Amino acid sequence: MSSVSDWEATANPVKDNRAGLIGKGVDRYEGPLKVTGTAPYAYEVQPPSPPAYGVMVGATIATGRIIAVDTAEAEAAPGVLAVWTHLNVPAQPPRGAKAHPRSTQGSKPALESDKVTYWGQPVAFVVADTLENATAASHLVKLTYDADTPDVNFAKRLSDAGQPPGEQDVEIGNFDEGFANSPVRLDETWATPLQNHCQMEPCASLAWWEGDRCIAHTSIQMVKPAQHGLAETLGIGRDDVHLLTRYIGGGFGGKGQTYDDLTLAALAARALGRPVKVAFTRQQMMHGTIHRPATVMRVRLGAEKDGRLNAFSIMTWTHCHKDGSFTEHASNFARALYAAPNRLTGHRLVRLDLPHAGPMRAPGEASGTMSLECAMDELAEKLGLDPVELRIRNEPPADPENGRPFSQRQLVRCLKEGAQLFGWDRRRPTPGQVRDGRWLVGMGMAAAIRGNFLLPAKCSFSVDADGVITVRQGMTDIGTGTYTVLAQIAAETLGVPLGKVVVEIGDSELPPAPGSGGQFGAATAGSAALAAGMNLRKAIAEMATSDPHSPLHAGDPAEVTFQDSVIALENRSETLADLIRRNAPEGLTVEGEIRPAQDAQKWSTQTYGGHFVEVGVDPVTGEVRVRRMLGVFAAGRILNAKTAKSQLTGGMIWGVGSALGEGNAVDPRYGSLINQDLAQYLVPVQADIGDLDAIMLDEVDDKANPMGIKGVGELGNSGAGAAVANAIYNACGVRVRDYPITPDKLLAGLIAQGR
Amino acid sequence: MKAFTYERATSVEGAVTAAQAPGARFIAGGTNLLDLMKLEIETPTHLIDVGRLPMAEIVETPDGGLRIGASASNTAVASNATVRARYPVLSEAIVAGGSPQLRNKASVGGNLLQRTRCAYFYDTSKPCNKRAPGSGCGALEGLNRNAAIFGASHACIATHTSDMAVALAALGASVEVVGAGGTHSIPLLELHRLPGETPHIETHLAGGELITAVVLPPPPKGGQTYRKVRDRASYAGGLASVAVAGGQVALGMVAHKPWRAAEAEGALASGASPAEAIGKELAGASSLGRNDFKIPLVARLAAAAITEAKEQGQ
Ligand SMILES: Cc1cc2nc3c(=O)[nH]c(=O)nc-3n(C[C@H](O)[C@H](O)[C@H](O)COP(=O)(O)OP(=O)(O)OC[C@H]3O[C@@H](n4cnc5c(N)ncnc54)[C@H](O)[C@@H]3O)c2cc1C
Ligand code: SF4
Repeated sequence: MSSVSDWEATANPVKDNRAGLIGKGVDRYEGPLKVTGTAPYAYEVQPPSPPAYGVMVGATIATGRIIAVDTAEAEAAPGVLAVWTHLNVPAQPPRGAKAHPRSTQGSKPALESDKVTYWGQPVAFVVADTLENATAASHLVKLTYDADTPDVNFAKRLSDAGQPPGEQDVEIGNFDEGFANSPVRLDETWATPLQNHCQMEPCASLAWWEGDRCIAHTSIQMVKPAQHGLAETLGIGRDDVHLLTRYIGGGFGGKGQTYDDLTLAALAARALGRPVKVAFTRQQMMHGTIHRPATVMRVRLGAEKDGRLNAFSIMTWTHCHKDGSFTEHASNFARALYAAPNRLTGHRLVRLDLPHAGPMRAPGEASGTMSLECAMDELAEKLGLDPVELRIRNEPPADPENGRPFSQRQLVRCLKEGAQLFGWDRRRPTPGQVRDGRWLVGMGMAAAIRGNFLLPAKCSFSVDADGVITVRQGMTDIGTGTYTVLAQIAAETLGVPLGKVVVEIGDSELPPAPGSGGQFGAATAGSAALAAGMNLRKAIAEMATSDPHSPLHAGDPAEVTFQDSVIALENRSETLADLIRRNAPEGLTVEGEIRPAQDAQKWSTQTYGGHFVEVGVDPVTGEVRVRRMLGVFAAGRILNAKTAKSQLTGGMIWGVGSALGEGNAVDPRYGSLINQDLAQYLVPVQADIGDLDAIMLDEVDDKANPMGIKGVGELGNSGAGAAVANAIYNACGVRVRDYPITPDKLLAGLIAQGR
Repeated sequence: MKAFTYERATSVEGAVTAAQAPGARFIAGGTNLLDLMKLEIETPTHLIDVGRLPMAEIVETPDGGLRIGASASNTAVASNATVRARYPVLSEAIVAGGSPQLRNKASVGGNLLQRTRCAYFYDTSKPCNKRAPGSGCGALEGLNRNAAIFGASHACIATHTSDMAVALAALGASVEVVGAGGTHSIPLLELHRLPGETPHIETHLAGGELITAVVLPPPPKGGQTYRKVRDRASYAGGLASVAVAGGQVALGMVAHKPWRAAEAEGALASGASPAEAIGKELAGASSLGRNDFKIPLVARLAAAAITEAKEQGQ
């Protein structure tokens, strides 16, 4: 096992960056395929024979039982090949069962029983020769329910919420005392709504069988658990499932797990002896996959008159499915953010008859910053301090919760440089002072923080007789740029042009990697790739120096250089292709792997940023429009300026959505979400985003991994919504603490103010 | 989607004759009807495509008005030079709706007959008197932030969501209709109905009647403006809108039809301030709790728009 000091001490091609490919904003590896519509997403893969089409039917109750099933009409409908409910679905091992003890996922049976535990739960399944026939027949399935009254009213169940399983509040010092003794105090509560991922590509699967092997294409962020889970559900060996996910139209955490589309496609393909495709509709995505649960967050801040925090608390109430335990840890991020001797953080969880809660982009931070970073803004006003200055005064020398040194922390620099670039000095501290035509204009800022992670992963590198390097890894690219950064690492490591690199990912037969999520993807997959690349360099160097026909013969393998597809030792050289053609005409393959350093936990390793936003508020209507937005981020070495920036600005836009529009309203009478399509679930559109920029500070965090990089996929989201909310307050003097800040809510505040 | 047959009409008469068959429906741009068919909210058995009938012309009428063919695309109308010069409120209203892609495809006739965006209407698992007469109104005690404040009934509280229609209402447009009985003209304000007990019957068109054109009288004297309030900057239905053309005022997304603010117009004519005038109109409004905000919203929005139009007109 390696230690952080090994990483710090050891040079490698990514650090050296001889060809300058690391950090360069190179175009996406798979970009041409995507923009020409030729990248086959799971539903578009061409199966070996014509597929049948499956359509799922969702429950129209939130809780209860199916007491009668009538599929006669559906079965008789044109083109129908199968109609399944819990009564006749092929047998599957019980939920969670593992025939292979080391499976990372147990059985996930579809159409499991007559029990309904959430609205939209798949309860019937129709397969037909065409999608249209399957859809039409799906409407003919008649289910009779014995419905219970759904328990979904989060606001009314707050007092019943308890500690999430195995968790305790974290208190340092004595919060109550510290708070009571603070001369300046703030105690406010914020609420965020239930949100959906709304990926462009809904979840979809295609499966067929080759003998006893199931070939399944699906849209999934993590390959291995999907492969294991499907094998366990089908009751077959794990090697008998070949799971592929080559292109993914957005994941955001919602595709961290598989759903019944995959199970049913595989079961039906087996039963019918032909390929079967199953996709969620947009409407089905809202209930039928996971969502970010709503939160209520109470923030208490006690400060000295100079702004130093004396007491700090954020407590989060949230909800999950009746059988679940997922907790939106909206308080956790705050533990590493600001100094304060007396600290209290924790969570309360209540189980409801709502669909399954789960992770969504920057789980924890995304919701949590929407409260704390507004609370800091409010506190700054109470203290008569600039919000940037308040944060600087509470900058901790080490992680305030566990005392660990920071691996790197450039939060203050992000805030200072952001303030300067944005023109923060033009902000008027008193709200409602600036007008531009009919708009009241205001500025707001917030800090951003998101943890950084490194997980175990493997990767293989091959070189062929043409000198082409092929990277193979059971990694995924959910639209983030994984293909591209792996190609850059390979090209830089082996000294070949990008055009000489092939990247194969999204396949269960490739060396395993944990996939995409928690912004650990690039660091984890990339570090494994670097390791494999280093091993290949070594193998090539040894091959050359021990080959009497090579001009490099008898040299020191450690001295071999790799550049422009040529390997060299001082003035002796030959092409990589020539060497391989002579010595390994079939090609040469090596593996590499990365593991977290044994001492990684000695440091607090995070990514940071500062958001600055200018909004206009129409004081007549309560409408808000974002005019300018700047994020300055410190997230280690940047692998690709273009894809990283795209991740960061995408996260910032997400923040705009969270502040202004996103949320699924729950109708407690039905236990169902009411807005179910993209005309009703409002994510920002082009016109909602004004001038937008993200800047990445120069940083190398050699304690994070051998490349000194960190994640950027979620950081942009953290704090962005709070900055919008703070700008709204600065524009018009109204605080809305119940997100999203829609015109109706803002109008009430404007009227109350006499505007 | 239910199976259906399709024909492309080659003449107005042919289209009207074909439309007499039960289950037949016209389709123009299809931007509304196809969505509703996919969700089986609408289940026509026969579609008559009227999109290519020769009724896309926009021509000035002898009296100084404008006749806009029902097949003209929303984009064509909004970008028409005469419309922009003399009826800017219409151009502004159209551009405030949907997205460029939708407006390129959407027709004038289809836009007028677009159906409500009530979330319960769109969710076939929920009761809705408009979609399934007699099933009840899911929105009445539900999440009805966007419900009507004028002319609603216990059977239905939905709003008409066309932006274009609000401008047409302010401009005093009429609709040219061809039916089995021949051609006739309906004032735009009499095209749509209030919900009453039969919210599924939305217009005064007889079965199979085809809208062939919208006719505008000469523009009234004075400034024109359209203001729409929405949750995001584009591609969103309105929470409320107002069209002002001289002394004529219409409100949008407040009722089951475009709402001509006759009380406000009367007050304005007799010298009331914009705020007083709209206050008179809103004396007749009522709300249900979640949509209470619409009353002050309309008051403020309309007063601002009337003032803006006045200033323009001077
Ligand atoms: C996502 C989205 C957002 C939208 N946002 C807005 C918005 O902000 N503001 C807004 O105003 N609109 C909005 N719309 C609605 C849009 O304007 C309408 O869908 C469009 O105008 C309908 O025109 P069409 O020609 O496509 O009608 P179709 O869908 O073809 O037809 C609609 C109806 O009209 C009938 N019909 C069509 N032509 C005739 C005719 N000549 N005579 C008699 N009956 C006819 C059809 O039978 C059908 O019932 C939105 C739509 C979508 C999908
Ligand atoms: S308001 Fe009208 S459209 Fe909406 S649910 Fe009630 S009846 Fe249906």
